[in-house]
Amino acid sequence: MMNTFTIDPKFSDPDGFFKALIEAHEGLTDDQSEALNARLILVLANQIGDQAVLREAIDMASGKLKSTI
Amino acid sequence: MARIFDTPLYAFQHHADQDADAPARHGIVIVGAGPVGLSLAIDLGQNGVPVVVLDDNDKVADGSRAICFSQRTLEIADRLGCGHALRERGLEWSTGKVFVDDREVFRFGLQPETAGKYPAFLNVQQYRLEEILLQRLRELQQDGAPIDLRGQNKVSAIGQHENHSILEIDTPEGSYNLQADWLVACDGARSSVRRMLGLAFSGTSFSDNFLIADVKMAAEYPSERLFWFDPAFNRGRAALLHRQPDDLWRIDLQLGPEEDPDEVTQPENLNTRLKGMLGENAVFEVEWASVHKFQCRRLEAFMRGHIIFAGDAAHQVSPFGARGANSGIQDADNLGWKLKLVTEGKAPAKLLESYQFERMLAADENISHSWLSTQFVSPKTKAVRRLRDAVLDLSEEADFARQLVNSGRLSTPCTYDGSPLNSADTLVDMAQIRPGAALADIALKDGYLLEQTGNRFVLLAIDAELPDSFSDEGIDVDLISLRSRDDTTGVIARELKGEQASVVFLIRPDQHIAARRVQFDEKMFRSALRRATAREIA
Repeated sequence: MMNTFTIDPKFSDPDGFFKALIEAHEGLTDDQSEALNARLILVLANQIGDQAVLREAIDMASGKLKSTI
Repeated sequence: MARIFDTPLYAFQHHADQDADAPARHGIVIVGAGPVGLSLAIDLGQNGVPVVVLDDNDKVADGSRAICFSQRTLEIADRLGCGHALRERGLEWSTGKVFVDDREVFRFGLQPETAGKYPAFLNVQQYRLEEILLQRLRELQQDGAPIDLRGQNKVSAIGQHENHSILEIDTPEGSYNLQADWLVACDGARSSVRRMLGLAFSGTSFSDNFLIADVKMAAEYPSERLFWFDPAFNRGRAALLHRQPDDLWRIDLQLGPEEDPDEVTQPENLNTRLKGMLGENAVFEVEWASVHKFQCRRLEAFMRGHIIFAGDAAHQVSPFGARGANSGIQDADNLGWKLKLVTEGKAPAKLLESYQFERMLAADENISHSWLSTQFVSPKTKAVRRLRDAVLDLSEEADFARQLVNSGRLSTPCTYDGSPLNSADTLVDMAQIRPGAALADIALKDGYLLEQTGNRFVLLAIDAELPDSFSDEGIDVDLISLRSRDDTTGVIARELKGEQASVVFLIRPDQHIAARRVQFDEKMFRSALRRATAREIA
């Protein structure tokens, strides 16, 4: 189901993911952290690729999808 | 030596209209003798439609300004009788390279949309283009074309009426009035017609200043478009180097927010800055320099009663993408034949509303591309800058990020989807030649397809039968029949027919497609012709 937007859980290791994310920010200045986040968004977006799914993800993060899901 | 843009080319001359007791009435008056106004005047004049062109100046543009002209614009210039001259004067190019610091991250090769008569892009200074258009206009005048170009005629007031405008015009000999059934404002980004009507733009203004300079030097850089993000010579900012004809180089340099435009353009400051880019020992001369802010915006409507806006007077984009002058000339291309049919009484004024529909669609497409490119080059917020910088960082190691590097996506012709002039399409394949699209140019046995079209409606049949003649209420239609079996190259079948056994197109005078069917059908094509001219469909 690569081409469908979902809010169902998909992480193989949810805590492991969040830990890795936090650890990546350890010791960084705010500036460095923001740069890391921006790079990460782009790297992850390319894993998805499909514009319709990305559009929905952006809408959800912007709070525009709340009523429909 | 006098430079071309310092030389009066259409000096003021006294006109009988100045002595008239009552203001003279003209069918079409164009304000502005730039690329858009001149193109429209030539289009009307060469098709026998009387036109008056007013300009407050009498010279061509100073500085290179627009320099990149697209294949579609060159095809329009060809229809206007100046494609050859433009090509002789210009410089073809096809490669663009984008650098981050000194790393090449992205390269594009421009191929023409189809292998037609003209290349994908040609660089030529705007003043050379205007000079060529003026030469063509003079040639047409000598052949009796009804074009009346009046230099140093500055429109100082406009009275708007339901079916016409009254203009007050200032000249070196004082002012006079004239009336225009249709007034076309082609008077550029700082349009005085727009200002006098009190019309506002909506869109985005960008805060960064850009220094734009024409530099004369004998250098051996190739004819490529070179774009840098964060180069050593303009750290943290962008730069562009693009070759023009005559050993002239166009340089665009992004300036810091704290830099004062007047300081930047002081000759000694300019020289220091340019030596930083071109090398301490570079020998060059600055021919023209100017500082600009970028805008991506347009008028809410391109028509206001009998006043029509075209080119930068109607819409503005930033220069990365060559979408300014190209789209302006394409406005003129769209408007010319419609004004002709309306002023000759062969089509209702409603036809002109399709100009607004089609060219606003094009403007929105251009603004959308230009907005994105300008956000990338000159981010408006800290968050956008973060994302832009992330793309540039990643572009060093990741191919996917290189696709996102945006130094301008270059002008492509607009397909007028949803236009009221299009007839419903029943063919699903070959979407690139659906109704609304510009007909692709292809090489035929003798000459090119687009040379055979333009200025008139055309029925173009590929492997299909056409009647001996076709016309409707004074609108004559030319007939062209092509046989794909006569074409050993296969280009006719590939570009125009696809998988169909045959196809028939109705082509508008601006070479856009109005309708297509597998076979000629009298009733259907009569309706299509009426729809394409905004007339009642029987």
